Amino acid sequence: MASYILKRLMSTIPTLFGILTIVFVMIRIAPGDPALAILGDNASQEALDAFRERMGLNDPMIVQYWDFLKDLASGSLGVSMVTGKPVADSVASVLPFTLELAFGAIFFGIIIGVPIGIISAIWRNGWLDYFFRVVSLLGLSFPAFLTAILLILWLSIEWRIFPVISTPTGGGLWDRIYNLILPALSLGIIMVAYIMRSARSAMLDVMGEDYIRTARAKGAPGRRLIWHHALRNALIPIVTVVGLYFGLLIGNAVLTEIIFNRPGLGKLIVLSLNQRDYTTLQGLMIVSALMIVIVNLLTDLCYALVDPRVKLK
Amino acid sequence: MTTVDTINPEKRSTGEQLLRLARKNKLSTFGLIMFLVIVLAAIFAPLIAPHDPLEQNILARLQDRSPEYILGTDTFGRDTFSRILYGLRISLLIGLTSTVLAMILGCALGIIAGYRGGWIDSVIMRCMDMLLAFPTLITGLFIVAVLGANFVNIVLAITVTILPKFARVARAPTIALKEREFVEAARALGFSDLRIMALHIAPNIVGEVVVLASLWAAYAIRIEAYLSFIGLGVAPPTPTLGTMIRDGFEHILDAPFVSIYPGFAVLLVVLSLNLVGDGLRDAIDPKLRD
Repeated sequence: MASYILKRLMSTIPTLFGILTIVFVMIRIAPGDPALAILGDNASQEALDAFRERMGLNDPMIVQYWDFLKDLASGSLGVSMVTGKPVADSVASVLPFTLELAFGAIFFGIIIGVPIGIISAIWRNGWLDYFFRVVSLLGLSFPAFLTAILLILWLSIEWRIFPVISTPTGGGLWDRIYNLILPALSLGIIMVAYIMRSARSAMLDVMGEDYIRTARAKGAPGRRLIWHHALRNALIPIVTVVGLYFGLLIGNAVLTEIIFNRPGLGKLIVLSLNQRDYTTLQGLMIVSALMIVIVNLLTDLCYALVDPRVKLK
Repeated sequence: MTTVDTINPEKRSTGEQLLRLARKNKLSTFGLIMFLVIVLAAIFAPLIAPHDPLEQNILARLQDRSPEYILGTDTFGRDTFSRILYGLRISLLIGLTSTVLAMILGCALGIIAGYRGGWIDSVIMRCMDMLLAFPTLITGLFIVAVLGANFVNIVLAITVTILPKFARVARAPTIALKEREFVEAARALGFSDLRIMALHIAPNIVGEVVVLASLWAAYAIRIEAYLSFIGLGVAPPTPTLGTMIRDGFEHILDAPFVSIYPGFAVLLVVLSLNLVGDGLRDAIDPKLRD
């Protein structure tokens, strides 16, 4: 196991380097002069020169790249072009909100998606199966903003169960969870659809396996067969789904945050877009790519843990 | 796993096969018809639209449905239905252009990687892995933000984000195909690698790629809507669905329909493509076939 983990860790290094390089190059090829963009057309020549010097924009590209990597190695994402504050700090202050939203969505996805998927698989091609399949297709076609708008209309405005704008006000844990439910549900709809589909097909796969037939032949009752023998193995692919769609989830989380006016990566992204704060954007790109890499790594490790065959490959 | 045989299980004429598929999968056929209707509505928008999408009528602002304005009006009293028709043009044009571009480039890369193997394969696939590591929407946002929001850049951003998925799907069957006798034979006849890849391998992976294309076109259309929702769409006053939703969002309390109708327009396009893709996948993947 240890050697597998090490090997898997090593294999992420080239990917990480590539990601960092792509982000670095993208920012540098951006048209327009960042100094001019930040300080405005009326800025004096001295101010522009000072800004370029401070941001290291006068150095040769290769020196800038080296500084960029050196900073990253020490955990720094540079300073914001606009506020001058460390990017890592502003990202770190909003990241927990996005993460709790993403995990909330995964939570809803699992508690709703898994049972529906199993029901669909058990009564395959029955009317319930068709119904759930159509619903799941609808669920994964819903644009994030439409889900959010409809949920706000029904649950916040019509029924007044949840607040329209879910800004966690720092209050207690309950307050935080209460404010999280609606956005997490809104973001979770798509996860419900994906998890339902994968639970269904995994369950169908497992039900066709020889050992299930053996158990059935030995007279295991239907319910025990499903809960005891099939379900455990059918749950494994769900880990993959969560890993696979984590990127999508983070992207949709950005939109959900904007609509619900929640703090998080989404609002920070929009703010830095509007201010043309390229260094903050760069930091945000790196952090979100890093999250995906880590989630993929964890997915693979989970897989190796539950399925010993993976390690041998 | 999936080889040529599963794509063409029996020798039937294409028309016959399509008819059989349509009868077997009513939901997908419905999706296809829905998609075609939407495409036609978008193409003929100037003929169908009851109003000029840019014409303002301040006296009739934020109205709900009426015989005059089928889907109501927005903040400036512009006709929502006409704006949706014109918005669909942008959505479909950007979504389909970027999907086709991603399909061509991605498949070319995937086939080259699979066919050549060795270091070429490693380099191409590592690059694809890197691109896959970026969340698609955030990457799209980043590219458009850095390069500027216009038609070409939005298409570029979406193409780059979905290209790796095509490369992966094209690569796997290529590896299996290149060992087959007919490729072997083509090589023995002295055909160039380029010709073998283009004429012998590519046609055999079309099935899988088309399924993927319909699903990713749905995704591309959604990304375009998301980008314009965030404010990185094609410049106003050209109506785009995302911008309409965002503008209407300010009136979520008093006139929610302003953003709901364009929202449903996005949903219908995406749903129709997903229905088609789902049916195609069921038809092609023998594992899912009864």
